[in-house]
Amino acid sequence: MVWLASPSLDSRVLGWSFFDGTAGAGPQLDADPPYPTGVAALVDGWRLLQMSPLTPPAPGHERETSFLKHEFVFERTIDVG
Amino acid sequence: MDTTPPDTTRPDTTRPLLTTDQMTSFVTRGFLRLDAVVPAEINAQAMDELPGLFRTWLDEFRGVTPGAAALTAVDDDEIPLPRSGTVLCDAYAHESAFGRMVRVPAIAGAIQSLVGADPVVDHHFVHIKTAGDLHAQGLHCDAIIDQGPAFDIQLFWFPHDVAPGEGGTRFVPGSHLRRVNMDDVSRYHHLSGEQYFSGEAGTVVIFHQGLWHAGAPNHGDHDRVMGKLRLNPTRPQVRLWDTSDLEPRNRADDHMFARMDPGMVAAELRRSELWYEPSVHRLETVQRARLWRYLTGDEAFDVDWYLTRTERRASLVQP
Repeated sequence: MVWLASPSLDSRVLGWSFFDGTAGAGPQLDADPPYPTGVAALVDGWRLLQMSPLTPPAPGHERETSFLKHEFVFERTIDVG
Repeated sequence: MDTTPPDTTRPDTTRPLLTTDQMTSFVTRGFLRLDAVVPAEINAQAMDELPGLFRTWLDEFRGVTPGAAALTAVDDDEIPLPRSGTVLCDAYAHESAFGRMVRVPAIAGAIQSLVGADPVVDHHFVHIKTAGDLHAQGLHCDAIIDQGPAFDIQLFWFPHDVAPGEGGTRFVPGSHLRRVNMDDVSRYHHLSGEQYFSGEAGTVVIFHQGLWHAGAPNHGDHDRVMGKLRLNPTRPQVRLWDTSDLEPRNRADDHMFARMDPGMVAAELRRSELWYEPSVHRLETVQRARLWRYLTGDEAFDVDWYLTRTERRASLVQP
């Protein structure tokens, strides 16, 4: 998962998390962040599964801040034999 | 035990108050570091007392000993633990580690500047990250969603040196005004600009109640000990710090032809963080301006005119 600076997939990575379905048997991500943009993850073979919808703020809460807004979920399948 | 009410009618020179720069940094980033301010003797006492407190709690938690054993002092050398709501000056014996720490002038001055001279204890605890414990706690903020602008502070006291990677608390500068609940932010494993505490013995880091933080892995050979104390204000937190330089710097109109007037408090309050979305950064400045209005009592204060322009427009509309 990565969180980007804007809703555009080519914007800068602000944060990231890696959930390893191989329990350590597969390749690991060492760089921090692993990719500079969301597009860079696509180029490296990750598939985009989901992105945050663009939703207007709730009336009366237009200026509040909360979770990071632009969340993108990627997956990659590998053969661990 | 000192039961004399504090005299707040005159400056207390034994408690150095925070500066305007320290206060603006706290409002902007949600924390304040006071490096190596607690004397070595008090830190050594803490290293004697605090692990025992933790182990007593742990034994009760695991059912090894009956619960609530530490709530009342049985022997003369035992220290009763303060209940929630105890006024700080009555909460700890003067000679106890916590009692001595909160009376260190730099600590007492910071507390007075942020939550007044007579806050009450919300709770305190001892967090120990044992050597080799590589579990990374999920990012969270404490308690629940606490509405502002009034705020609690939390003191994180590290009574021994903490080297990088040896369990120093992870925290996210500038996260304190985001409206989230407890560990709903645990999904964020890496955020640009986050910090892991490391520093000298006797360092106290003061957190705004909302700052996101987490226990961090300890790759070192020694247990990491940290004493934590949450305090509630009992009076409006208005101009409690050293405000001698505030007035000339407290301008809402420091923005001129895309240039900022240097030295104004707004210069710090508009600071961004590496993990901020640019669009949200502007909303963060609004949150900070609102908090600064509360702290100064100046309802005309603003950063980059965001509040002022909308309030002026709203005033034009007849109800």
